[in-house]
Amino acid sequence: MAPGVWTIVEQRDGEIRKITYEIVSEGRRLADELGQKLTVVLLGSDIKDKATELGHYGADRVLVADDPRLGTYTTGAYVSVISQLAKAEEPAMILMGASSQGKDLSARLSARMGAGMAQDCTAFSLEDGNLVAIRPTYAGKAYEKVTFEDSWPQMATARPNVMSIAEPDTSRSAEVVDASFNLEDSAVMTKVVEVRKDESGKIDLTEADKIVSGGRGMKGPENYKILEDLAEVIGATVGASRSAVDAGWRPHSDQVGQTGKVVSPNLYIACGISGAIQHLAGMSTSKVIVAINKDEEAPIFQKADYGVVGDLFEVVPALTEEVKKYL
Amino acid sequence: MNIIVCLKQVPDTETQIKIAPEGKSIVKDDIKWVMNPYDEFGVEEALKLKEKFGGEVTVVGLGPKRVTESIRTALAMGADKGILINDDALEGSDSFATAKALATAIKDLDYDLIFTGQRGVDDDMGVVGASIAEFLGIPQLSVIVKMEVAEDGKSLTAHRPVEGQVLVIESSLPALVTTQKGLNEPRYATLPGIMKAKRKPLEEKTLADLGLDPAQFGEGGRKVKILEITPPPKRTEGKIVEGETPQEKAAGLAKLLHEEAKIF
Ligand SMILES: Cc1cc2nc3c(=O)[nH]c(=O)nc-3n(C[C@H](O)[C@H](O)[C@H](O)COP(=O)(O)OP(=O)(O)OC[C@H]3O[C@@H](n4cnc5c(N)ncnc54)[C@H](O)[C@@H]3O)c2cc1C
Ligand SMILES: Nc1ncnc2c1ncn2[C@@H]1O[C@H](COP(=O)(O)O)[C@@H](O)[C@H]1O
Repeated sequence: MAPGVWTIVEQRDGEIRKITYEIVSEGRRLADELGQKLTVVLLGSDIKDKATELGHYGADRVLVADDPRLGTYTTGAYVSVISQLAKAEEPAMILMGASSQGKDLSARLSARMGAGMAQDCTAFSLEDGNLVAIRPTYAGKAYEKVTFEDSWPQMATARPNVMSIAEPDTSRSAEVVDASFNLEDSAVMTKVVEVRKDESGKIDLTEADKIVSGGRGMKGPENYKILEDLAEVIGATVGASRSAVDAGWRPHSDQVGQTGKVVSPNLYIACGISGAIQHLAGMSTSKVIVAINKDEEAPIFQKADYGVVGDLFEVVPALTEEVKKYL
Repeated sequence: MNIIVCLKQVPDTETQIKIAPEGKSIVKDDIKWVMNPYDEFGVEEALKLKEKFGGEVTVVGLGPKRVTESIRTALAMGADKGILINDDALEGSDSFATAKALATAIKDLDYDLIFTGQRGVDDDMGVVGASIAEFLGIPQLSVIVKMEVAEDGKSLTAHRPVEGQVLVIESSLPALVTTQKGLNEPRYATLPGIMKAKRKPLEEKTLADLGLDPAQFGEGGRKVKILEITPPPKRTEGKIVEGETPQEKAAGLAKLLHEEAKIF
């Protein structure tokens, strides 16, 4: 095993995604503590110009794999290329974000590398030079502290929005290295035939900085307008409980919880949501939790930093007006 | 079209999790065990495909004897046969080892499609599906909410939501699909279904039957080692925002979010 921390970049249409900065910042911190180099692996098509910025965020080296077939992520192509590079250089650790792409990629890459993998971690540290990761399990009802034994490389993904991004330092620069790899067409395996963009411009719940969620207490789909108004004012994305989704009021993609999305925003406002264990599973790592519920006994209040006991149809519109004073 | 559905048995989502005295596992008595909710979508989708294309649906579970119950549930829903990989040496296996054993059992079966859940609601890993696909050398399509198999049964198109987009992905078969909520509404087992399930074949296999070395499984074979399991970190005690009217409460909340939480 050779030293070195690797992080994998996530880009879409040539733009680097926020999760990348979270994981590069974290990789930098670990590499410093280990006294090792941080290599950032950048895959894409015509992507090399992004290396400079990654240097500012702490990369010592940017390993660039440029190929038209790497422009859009496919599991097969990315796993093939990264595994070749990792087998050639033998980094000690490979870290990436637990985004849709990162989860898919890390799972398969770990199997190809014959390595242990810890998914969706909320904290990393080091013990005797080994990666130690904390990860919520049983839907956040327990936290696991794990490390890696006789397993190389040590692989883990980080839950989006949890790890902080370092200030970029424009005086830093990375060595940019062209990766050598051999990508067979047969390794690609799947084809993305269409990308349907969400035209609403809505930020995905897993990436949102603020979320306003509505549950069965919303009474009907038409009432989500008041949540959308608040969300618009504070720059939030609207989410929902499963009851609201199952009632057909909101799409599946809005569901937060154990069988929905796991989110970690800075602010989570639960409106008319009772706080069932399966809902809490999806939002308990949010930084600030607000509950607005007319039932003071609702379990959501036990998780909330700020609770308002009241009718959401009165409180939410009033809140929308009140927050304007601070914006 | 022959379809494999991997089925993991997990604690019911209502379960209170108690940590064992040694601090490295959970107390497993008094748990109500159920089929991983995502695997229900896998069973349902497999049955729908079978109704259209014919063929057999085989459910494969790995775990102790109690997993038989969940396999029987899938058989009662309409699956044709079950396989349980059960071996004392498997207790405590990590995702890598679990996938290895499942892939080895599946390898010799005749299959066009494999379903796994996008993640287990116990360990919240979501690694086993992709690893099985890797070990079998077939494509994986992860977190799928909609899918269609071509009329000739040789390829499939699947919808995969990612942040702010839905990717429409095409793949040849055989392939492995990991299921996400939205894919379908799982059917309930009917009484005749339950009666029939009792007579459907359910085979048990040990590691030796699969030609695998027990030393690579269980606690000892883990690549990811559990140092400790703890309760979730305590959140600081919350505040109830006081006020006579909704307006006052809203004003108080906005002020707290501004001054104390520094959200805006
Ligand atoms: C296997 C499984 C998986 C699940 N996965 C999920 C999941 O991923 N996500 C999820 O959310 N749930 C999930 N659930 C469902 C979960 O158990 C709850 O049923 C669900 O979260 C309840 O949604 P709710 O809080 O909106 O509704 P309720 O529990 O009905 O709560 C509605 C709340 O609104 C309040 N209210 C009503 N009117 C007003 C008003 N005018 N003003 C203020 N408050 C009001 C009420 O006091 C009440 O507290 C799952 C369940 C199972 C079994
Ligand atoms: N012990 C197991 N037996 C059968 N299938 C499993 C097992 N473990 C995981 N799987 C499958 O892999 C999916 C994801 O599980 P995991 O990777 O553990 O989160 C589950 O929904 C199952 O379909």
